[in-house]
Amino acid sequence: MTDTVAAAPPPLLEVRGLQKFFPITRGFLQRVVGHVRAVDGVDFTLAEGETLGLVGESGCGKTTASRCILRAIDPTGGSILYRTRDGRTVDLATLAPRDLLPLRAEIQMIFQDPFGSLNPRMTLLDNVGEPLLVNGIGNRRERADRVAELLRLVGLRPEFMHRFPHAFSGGQRQRIGIARALATNPRLVVADEPVSALDVSIQAQVLNLLLELQARLRLTFLFVAHDLSVVRHISDRIAVMYVGQLVELARTDALFRRPQHPYTAALMRAVPAADPRVRSGDAILAGEVPSPAAPPQGCYFNPRCRHAQQRCRVEAPALREIAPGHFSLKFPAISINVSSEKDRCHRHLCRVETLGERAFCSH
Amino acid sequence: MTVDVAGSVAEDRVAVASNWKLVWWRFRRHHLAMASGVLLIFLYLIVVAPDFFATQDPERTDARQAFIPVQTIRLFDDGRLAPWVPAIVGKRNPVTLRMEWTTDPNKRVPVRFFAPGFSWKLFGLIPTSIHLIAPVDPNQRIFLLGSDRLGRDQWSRIMHGTQTSMTVGLVAVALSVVLGVVLGGISGYVGGRTDQVIQRLIELLQSVPTIPIWLALSAALPRDWTPIQVFFAITVILSLVGWTTLGREVRGRFLALREEDFVLAARLAGCSRMRIILRHMVPTFLSHIIATSSLAIPVMIINETSLSFLGLGIRPPAISWGVLLQEAQNIQTLALAPWLLIPGLVVIVAVLAFNLVGDGLRDAADPYSH
Amino acid sequence: MALDRPTAPADSPPLLSVRNLRVSFALDEGLVRAVDGTSFDVMPGQVLGVVGESGCGKSVTMRAILQLVERPGRITSGEIHFRRRPPSGGGEDSAETVDIARLPPRGPVMRDIRGGEIALIPQEPMAAFSPVHTVGDQIVEAILLHGHRWQDGGRKLTRREARDITVGLFRDVGISMPEQRIDAFSWQLSGGLRQRAMIAMALSCKPRLLIADEPTTAIDVTTQAQVLALLRDLQARHGTAIIFITHDLGVIAQMASYVVVMYLGRVMEEGPVDDIFHAPRHPYTRALLRSIPSLYGETRVALPVISGALPHPFNRPPGCPFHPRCPDAMAKCSGAVPSLQPVGTSQLASCFLHHDAVEPE
Repeated sequence: MTDTVAAAPPPLLEVRGLQKFFPITRGFLQRVVGHVRAVDGVDFTLAEGETLGLVGESGCGKTTASRCILRAIDPTGGSILYRTRDGRTVDLATLAPRDLLPLRAEIQMIFQDPFGSLNPRMTLLDNVGEPLLVNGIGNRRERADRVAELLRLVGLRPEFMHRFPHAFSGGQRQRIGIARALATNPRLVVADEPVSALDVSIQAQVLNLLLELQARLRLTFLFVAHDLSVVRHISDRIAVMYVGQLVELARTDALFRRPQHPYTAALMRAVPAADPRVRSGDAILAGEVPSPAAPPQGCYFNPRCRHAQQRCRVEAPALREIAPGHFSLKFPAISINVSSEKDRCHRHLCRVETLGERAFCSH
Repeated sequence: MTVDVAGSVAEDRVAVASNWKLVWWRFRRHHLAMASGVLLIFLYLIVVAPDFFATQDPERTDARQAFIPVQTIRLFDDGRLAPWVPAIVGKRNPVTLRMEWTTDPNKRVPVRFFAPGFSWKLFGLIPTSIHLIAPVDPNQRIFLLGSDRLGRDQWSRIMHGTQTSMTVGLVAVALSVVLGVVLGGISGYVGGRTDQVIQRLIELLQSVPTIPIWLALSAALPRDWTPIQVFFAITVILSLVGWTTLGREVRGRFLALREEDFVLAARLAGCSRMRIILRHMVPTFLSHIIATSSLAIPVMIINETSLSFLGLGIRPPAISWGVLLQEAQNIQTLALAPWLLIPGLVVIVAVLAFNLVGDGLRDAADPYSH
Repeated sequence: MALDRPTAPADSPPLLSVRNLRVSFALDEGLVRAVDGTSFDVMPGQVLGVVGESGCGKSVTMRAILQLVERPGRITSGEIHFRRRPPSGGGEDSAETVDIARLPPRGPVMRDIRGGEIALIPQEPMAAFSPVHTVGDQIVEAILLHGHRWQDGGRKLTRREARDITVGLFRDVGISMPEQRIDAFSWQLSGGLRQRAMIAMALSCKPRLLIADEPTTAIDVTTQAQVLALLRDLQARHGTAIIFITHDLGVIAQMASYVVVMYLGRVMEEGPVDDIFHAPRHPYTRALLRSIPSLYGETRVALPVISGALPHPFNRPPGCPFHPRCPDAMAKCSGAVPSLQPVGTSQLASCFLHHDAVEPE
């Protein structure tokens, strides 16, 4: 699986065959009786300056995969090739903790829960300045200046740095978390559901902030979320996960215009549109998500797939490039009229003119 | 686009208030706890300088002045502010041939506040001779709470007993806290086999009945140790058995905190394990530990009192509340001199005060609500 | 144009009528007016969507309707008129109307209404089920309590009969293997199954009004689609009215036929769903609709945002609650509270841009 254009700069992050299994123990002696295959072979690349959306429902493994990349947990297998600031390529998956430490400043995280992600006993200055202090950046005065600059960057007044987190609302705390993530000038930021816990009107503010910061600071985002509309709004490319596997990876517009995997199509159809004239929120997917401890044989999606055939129940498909830059985990020999279903929906859409003050653009 | 935080002055004050300030504001509203806190401060003043509060040397014996009753202090003499105590009059009972003492309100012994008395050393260094209460005539002996069978002043002995008992309680709990936080913290943070070992140790210690353990440990103390050595040994013994509850709680907190996002953020920033424990995890539940500890102190005090009462803890000539209560062990003494039970009253008051303060602290510190 | 949504005949009286409801909480730090004058009607068989952000009072309103407001909160004023089920044998005209706001919360009438005529699907199904009883047990208990719903005449239901009814209910809500699932505990079921079991419990006593408080917030989008389809199907079959509370505008658009938009305890705008989404009158509704990313708009552009933040409950702005963040605020907006008045053919809005009526104190 290679990049299509040879002249493009090497990717910032290249994940190959990432695996994370959690052992299931039973009995007094804690015998291992099985594994939860939380991440079961994930491949993707991330170019510098782009946003990759990692989307999927609960239990799909997106959070576990993102934590493996950060080395918050240790992966069971696979490699995570990261290109450092000075041009070397290291495998984060197997790096010793001692060598990992200096790289921590380059890869940071934004958390989902604005109330749990800040130490309630420390002021903003201490919270945001912690990465600077630990990495030995600047003396006390310089750190305070940098914290003031960071707070201004995320839209908060610098004099707030002496307040404690309990004085701020959820949206403001999320901004503080973003300021902390940017303290050491990271190159890669993993955002784990950063707007899911916020009110609707605040979500827009934070999303705008992330877009603005990315443009300003040339950040690369790995945006993990379950909300398709939010992911679509902010990502250049999107990867869809299901039961620990990557089922589809494509540029955003290609994914939405012509989804190749039945699960992706079903997911899109299930999202209710904020327009009563558009028919959406369809429950075309029956059944339940299989447990990652006991996934089905063959293709993991086959029990729920409308197009499943005998081959799907026996053989596991590999990730194949269907169109340039568009990868899908299914057998290409099986033709699925997924696009025609979507087109039908889309044609219906074209008849709609306005929603509030914003006009739709037809494809 | 800056985001405005609309706020009043009161909100600003809350915004910059550290956790301790918030705890204090919440604690202030518990009037009972505040009053008990004042009482405890007073008791610890006694701990600092017991001789200041004493009226005479607690060791001074005089067999002829045994079982003198309480000489209650009166503040007014014919309307004037002139404190006095009634004098003692003794009569020998013709049948039992024993001296019987009564107080005679008509004969008055004037006393003064902040008056000179016997000399003592503040902090063991600064010589002085000022006392809170002292008779105007320095040769007079007054017994504000009576005397015991050896003619020793009960009031002064209670002062010294307060110093010992309160200190033992505090030091024992402090040691327990250190043991509990360190062992519980290691158990919770490291997990795995270490956790298993420490937990089984805790269960072992908790399943052994405490009184026999204490008896065994203190009976093992050499008889020829000085009172000070015995004192420290008792403190260590008490804390070695008492740290387990706190250890369990600390472990639980660590286990929960380990999963918190801000701890993960600290790890991702590059913090060392030690820094995460000391700077991020411990301060989060420090107020809870302090609240729990203040509820553990009265338990320690009662433990020490019980041990000493049984003769297996602090031994005479060292003075503690338990030692004092030893004097009140038989009915005969109680019938003759019921005032010898007053140290028990002091224990009750001190324990009650600690419990009230601990309750107030716990309500104020826990939970940390948004 | 708009999808077919079930509506009641135009002249039938409303099933539930809330008028000027006010609920306050007396906390140490001050008085919080969680609901500050809310009014709306629910027609029989209609799906009413209540949408708003945190602190808008939607959940408290629902608790007030069920007389479940806990101390230190209480209903300070207003009326909640509910038309009860007509007694057996009688037609709709013999139905009696009660004012729930005046009923004692623990009285027999209220207990009869709760569960029997108005049922609640709470947000967190895990919290709603007891962890030490099987889901079947809890539903059987509810059925036995309201036995007269299933049985005309005086005979009480037996446990066996109630169990059979429960199995039927589980099958109705699409739970596979209902005979086995009845004996499961709530924590043994997945999120989607638990939510279905919750719906089964809510429907067990054939309520006329179902209040669904954010029923799909905690579940995945594909499961959400299944649950919404189930609710639509059940509603069509039994004619139950539903009050659907959520902050998700997409769900509202797909489920509701009438929408109420709340902010800081007041109704900002209400009307038929098509009007609300395609011709919103209130600046808050407009700003809210603009600020959500949709699956069909332009990507990676700045979304129009509502400036400022939600005020602290103790710092309610004077006058119209939205005016500090309103792009069209005028001078009079900070002085008086606009009342809810008709604007357009079938909408109601409380905004001085459209009328001058002031809310009486």
